[in-house]
Amino acid sequence: MSDETEKLKEAAEEAKKKLGSPLITDQKTSSSLWFDQRELNVRYMISVERIKKFYDGLLEGKVFATRCTKCGEVYFPPQSYCSSCRSDSMEWLELASTGELITYTVINVKPQSFSHYPDYAVGIAKMPQGVNVLAWIDGDIKSLKAGMKVKLEVKKREPEDYLTYWIKPE
Amino acid sequence: MRRVGIIGGSYTKFGERFDVSMQELAWEAFKDAINEANVEPAQIEYSVVSNMGGWSSESLPAVIVSEALGINPRGSVRVEAACASGSSAVKLAHDVVASGQAEVVLAIGIEKMRESPSRTVVEYIGRAGNFMWEFENFGLTFPGYYALYATAYMSKFGAKEEDLCEVAVKNHYYASFNEKAQYRNKISVEKCMSSPYVAWPLKLYDCSPITDGASAVILASEDFIKSHGQEAVWISGTGYATGTANLSKRDDFTGLDAARKAAQQAYAKAGIDPERPASQLDLAEVHDCFTIAEIMAYEDLGFAKKGEGVKLIKEKQTYKGGVIPVNLDGGLKAKGHPIGATGESMIVELYHQLLGKVKGERQAEIRNGKALAHNVGGTGHYAYVTILSLDRVNVHE
Repeated sequence: MSDETEKLKEAAEEAKKKLGSPLITDQKTSSSLWFDQRELNVRYMISVERIKKFYDGLLEGKVFATRCTKCGEVYFPPQSYCSSCRSDSMEWLELASTGELITYTVINVKPQSFSHYPDYAVGIAKMPQGVNVLAWIDGDIKSLKAGMKVKLEVKKREPEDYLTYWIKPE
Repeated sequence: MRRVGIIGGSYTKFGERFDVSMQELAWEAFKDAINEANVEPAQIEYSVVSNMGGWSSESLPAVIVSEALGINPRGSVRVEAACASGSSAVKLAHDVVASGQAEVVLAIGIEKMRESPSRTVVEYIGRAGNFMWEFENFGLTFPGYYALYATAYMSKFGAKEEDLCEVAVKNHYYASFNEKAQYRNKISVEKCMSSPYVAWPLKLYDCSPITDGASAVILASEDFIKSHGQEAVWISGTGYATGTANLSKRDDFTGLDAARKAAQQAYAKAGIDPERPASQLDLAEVHDCFTIAEIMAYEDLGFAKKGEGVKLIKEKQTYKGGVIPVNLDGGLKAKGHPIGATGESMIVELYHQLLGKVKGERQAEIRNGKALAHNVGGTGHYAYVTILSLDRVNVHE
């Protein structure tokens, strides 16, 4: 829970004692607000069954795309079927070579679930296999430039301690 | 398909609407719209409710709204096209009337974003793209997505952060005359430049705010309008397209392909020359969720050549008296951006503009009797372009 919500919760607790109901007052408009007594925590479970090899690849330090064995279409994020020619025959293709940073930003105001990180740079790299990859950039933010040469790098995301991929300037 | 016109419309005061519930907010927009249309709630045969939700408590906004407006048991549906939900609602309402299934239909947008703390809202909008591959690991935010476009645009065409701020200056200027706008303060380029970064190179004043609001549009068939005897503004063309969920699957970050496609379709349907649309339109509402978005819109709509959108704002050509006035209501930037209600509010604004009902500093000169609304959902994930027209011309000179 954020500090902002924590404060509102305290105010609602006070109000329950005084007014009998969890009514808080918006400071700017003086409007009365009911402070929700039912908290919902959301965490999803997302199927990766058909692209599990992508995560096996991360364990070996590799970032995989998929390629259709019939028409040659390449997919990143990896796709288990070809929506271009309707084939289900896909092969794995490592995105190992040097790509180009096409654009980037630095996230200063973060989502609640990312608020524990320092400001992070996100970029999009164009890879020679014909796909783009969006990821955090592992490098000096000040030296970034559209058009610079980059590679993909696999390493752990802390503090969550799981493998993911980065864009790394060469 | 039958011709469909708008006979009434209204949007509420936009802003932090802690003074009203979702029901009360919907009623506020509906009451004025239906009064203007001079119809009874019982005459509404179907409603389309646009709402993004997540940040607000109600999971079934369409039934909440139907009950609140007293229009049960008429059929209804909730639609979502992210920030273009409102235009998608108008499109569907149009189609219900055009196909002969109803004579009078309501499109109403509602959003209560401030029911959640701002960080939660930032999180919800950041998830509005591809959750698994762009949000879960990389924490993109809505400003972050558009910042990727801003960086690419600025580096390709040599635009500066100051140039982007010019859009904010214009839209705050017009919002200062709009009593329903969230922000009514005029700002300077310096003020915009000194605001903190939200997603480099975009700063606080490059961004539209978190907004509560509702907007309602009453649409009717040509037969109904003729017997009703009220002047209508006609929907003369709608274009729509989608862009990839993953931004990484796009080739170009200097414009929105979906918006270009939607514009071409709308121009073809409305008989507007795609080579010089600005000369045939009296004004436009464009989707300025961020300043860079308005500049890209000028180019995607063909108001400026590729790379020359910045020139248009620097030369003040999108103020009144310029090539084409844009966002005379203050735009998303300063009027506010209640996601699901934004699209209808653009249509309402143009409806009143074309009829000369806006008055004062914000009223555009109506010569051609045609206006355009450009409404983008997400980061070019959805695009809707709607062209409205009057039957008469040269009426408000």
